[in-house]
Amino acid sequence: MAKKEMRRPIESGCPDGVQYMHPVMLKNFGQWKYHDHPRPGVLRHVAHSGDTVWTVKAGTQRILDVFTLRKLCDIGDKYADGHVRFTIRSNIEYMVSDEVKVEPLIAALEDAGFVVGGTANSVAMISHTQGWLHCDIPGTDASGVVKAMMDELIEEFKNCNMPNRVHITTSCCQINCGGQGDIAINVQHTKPPKINHDLVANVCERPSVVARCPVAAIRPAMVNGKPSLEVDEVKCICCGACYPPCPPMQINDPEHSKLAIWVGGNHSNARSKPSFQKLVAGGVPNNPPRWPEATLIVKRILKVYKDDAKDWERINDWIDRIGWPRFFELTGLPFTKFHIDNWRGSRKSLNASTHIRF
Amino acid sequence: MSDKHSTPMLDELENGPWPSFVSGIKRLRDQHDDERINGMANDLLGQLEHSYETRKGYWKGGTVSVYGYGGGIIPRFSEVGKQFPESREFHTLRVQPPAGNHYSTDILRQLADSWEKWGSGLVTFHGQTGNIMFIGSSTENTQHFFDEINEYGFDLGGAGPCVRTSMSCVGAARCEQSCANEHKIHRTLVNNFTDDVHRPALPYKFKFKVSGCPNDCTNSIERADFAVIGTWRDDIKIDQQAFGEYVGTKGRQHVIDNIITRCPTKCMTLKDDDTLEIDNRNCVKCMHCLNVVPAALSPGDDKGITLLLGGKRTLKIGDLMGTVIVPFMKLETDEDYERLVEIAEETIDFWAENGLEHERCGEMIERIGLVNFLEGVGIDVDPNMISYPRESSYVRMDGWDQEAQKWFQRKIDERRAAVE
Ligand code: HEM
Ligand code: SF4
Ligand code: SF4
Ligand code: SF4
Ligand code: SF4
Repeated sequence: MAKKEMRRPIESGCPDGVQYMHPVMLKNFGQWKYHDHPRPGVLRHVAHSGDTVWTVKAGTQRILDVFTLRKLCDIGDKYADGHVRFTIRSNIEYMVSDEVKVEPLIAALEDAGFVVGGTANSVAMISHTQGWLHCDIPGTDASGVVKAMMDELIEEFKNCNMPNRVHITTSCCQINCGGQGDIAINVQHTKPPKINHDLVANVCERPSVVARCPVAAIRPAMVNGKPSLEVDEVKCICCGACYPPCPPMQINDPEHSKLAIWVGGNHSNARSKPSFQKLVAGGVPNNPPRWPEATLIVKRILKVYKDDAKDWERINDWIDRIGWPRFFELTGLPFTKFHIDNWRGSRKSLNASTHIRF
Repeated sequence: MSDKHSTPMLDELENGPWPSFVSGIKRLRDQHDDERINGMANDLLGQLEHSYETRKGYWKGGTVSVYGYGGGIIPRFSEVGKQFPESREFHTLRVQPPAGNHYSTDILRQLADSWEKWGSGLVTFHGQTGNIMFIGSSTENTQHFFDEINEYGFDLGGAGPCVRTSMSCVGAARCEQSCANEHKIHRTLVNNFTDDVHRPALPYKFKFKVSGCPNDCTNSIERADFAVIGTWRDDIKIDQQAFGEYVGTKGRQHVIDNIITRCPTKCMTLKDDDTLEIDNRNCVKCMHCLNVVPAALSPGDDKGITLLLGGKRTLKIGDLMGTVIVPFMKLETDEDYERLVEIAEETIDFWAENGLEHERCGEMIERIGLVNFLEGVGIDVDPNMISYPRESSYVRMDGWDQEAQKWFQRKIDERRAAVE
């Protein structure tokens, strides 16, 4: 059979954004003076030249079908200036250089079912991972969790009623591509992997799985006369790290793969240094299609934060001020032995002082 | 298309006010004029419903790539392909977005046209790393789709142990806080490593992220192996008149509670005449006050970047933040940019040689110690790299005098360079 000549790739890498940029942004590149926030979902940036650009931000379903993508383009052509950008939380932003275009643009977006908001001290769009829709290791779905939660948080997205912005993230495995968040909803397995010994012999690169385990709980072993693996179930921390390199290490379990909720991750350097999220709730059922138990806890945390935090305090700033005992008291969440860290470096998380609030 | 799968659980995700991805997939199933797409969407919904019912995922990986590249495609083969044959191959293409995520509607339409020709019609702007994720293509069509979009300027991102797609904030394009040309830094760095993006041969993944100021909108400290963050080292610019107006409208109490006392280093004073005084030598550029009153406070003029290395998420040793490697460097001339690229190259080379398999750069630094890393890449120690000095006396300090001498010599050299 004659071999077809294959096309060589053009290794162009990351394209230049300048070619697609709104002309007012391009003209005033690096020359912006200040911005303000005329209403939720809208930002107004003013350049030293006096030029002004209004940005309208809208939330979408993130997993876009081409019809929706074209609808977003139609709105951009008819009501904006034909340029858009996406934020890192997958919102779409339209820029217009004329204030009179703002209200019709908002109306067009809302008529089409998109949600204008997500700016300043709102609950921003939940950033999410792939889940059952198209990842090979997930313990839960991602798009579904987010859709169900955003249905309930939509007013907080559309309005700016929080003390400061709230970034929520989800993650459908534990090791994992979801980010740090003011609130994070992440899979947490509670049982060691069940090993499918018949498959290990065929598909598994055993040394690399053994090396992957953070607590050295995996050993090569002979099972029924065939090379396989065994897990020291006392040592195993049920993290699922062995599953991606070795699918027979079946970590996902319809019953025992739960969700855990973490708070206080903050990427920004504003006020305090960036912080990692901390565990606050575990054992939350992984309950499709609408995950009501997880949403309930998130809403409870948001309510307490909204009532108790001062302006500009992110969740981590607020808890720094009021202390963790008060956080558990106010949210009514149980404090358990699982909240006390025992991973490396954990001694620094203990209270080595008499600083105690009564 | 075979019969429509019934999807009672997914149907519940069509309720509620937030836009529904399920409705979107159904539109592809019911309204698209290409039967291939109808069938793919139908079986995708069927498999997803099956996942919802059984609480399990049914995709497995494999090997798929385009000609000439070793990465950039996330292969997805269905484990239940017999039941759902039309979406049995459902690979994701990771495509690098334009720096800053800017698009014209024209280019989005062009991408949509190409994608419905070859793929499922489902796409995400963007994944968490920053790629445009074209979700759902057969093995054969993966090549066709790539060939088509590659001709008009798009290239694949990374997957596997390689340099990954980068991300930059909107920055100078629309943000007054920007202290750097994020887009240029982003493209200069990642496009210097296209070979390492397309041909995975590193210990593990390596991510660049660029934020124009310490607000760090791209989460680079927490999520990038190599975080470049704009900053400045001269005084915050104060428009006293605008600040006075702010005090006038909001009141002194508000200003004290929300600005003055929130400064992490307590370096601000509100004077009796409502002007603001900042002890700039003690400002740590946290951005708080600039965020509260952007109309009155702005970054200084002596701009540059801070570089942090080693951020990552959990696997394997736990989450790590990036830590300071270069407290400040200017990024103005071509030589400045060359130096930045050189640091990236030296970092990646050192890590490629010394990192264990599946060990992120930050984990390697944790294992060997920061000092060994710095010596490996030829960067001098600096007190900005630490929160506080050593607390443990378990250390051998027999070269103290030479090390102290190095420090003094460096100070002399710096002073000389400053005079010249
Ligand atoms: C088989 C396994 C995996 C698959 C299929 C997978 C898939 C993905 C995908 C699709 C994304 C978004 C990509 C994009 O925007 O281009 C992503 C991002 C990410 N993944 Fe994974 N992933 C896997 C394993 C892991 C593992 C084991 C880790 C942990 C170390 C991990 C950490 C991350 C992180 C930290 C991000 C995003 C971080 C960021 O740049 O903000 N992934 N992954
Ligand atoms: S979080 Fe884990 S399971 Fe979810 S998409 Fe990322 S790698 Fe896959
Ligand atoms: S689940 Fe985690 S701890 Fe348990 S065996 Fe697998 S890698 Fe090791
Ligand atoms: S990181 Fe700073 S410069 Fe970049 S968009 Fe955010 S606030 Fe603006
Ligand atoms: S930027 Fe931060 S550290 Fe500097 S003066 Fe403002 S609040 Fe204080």
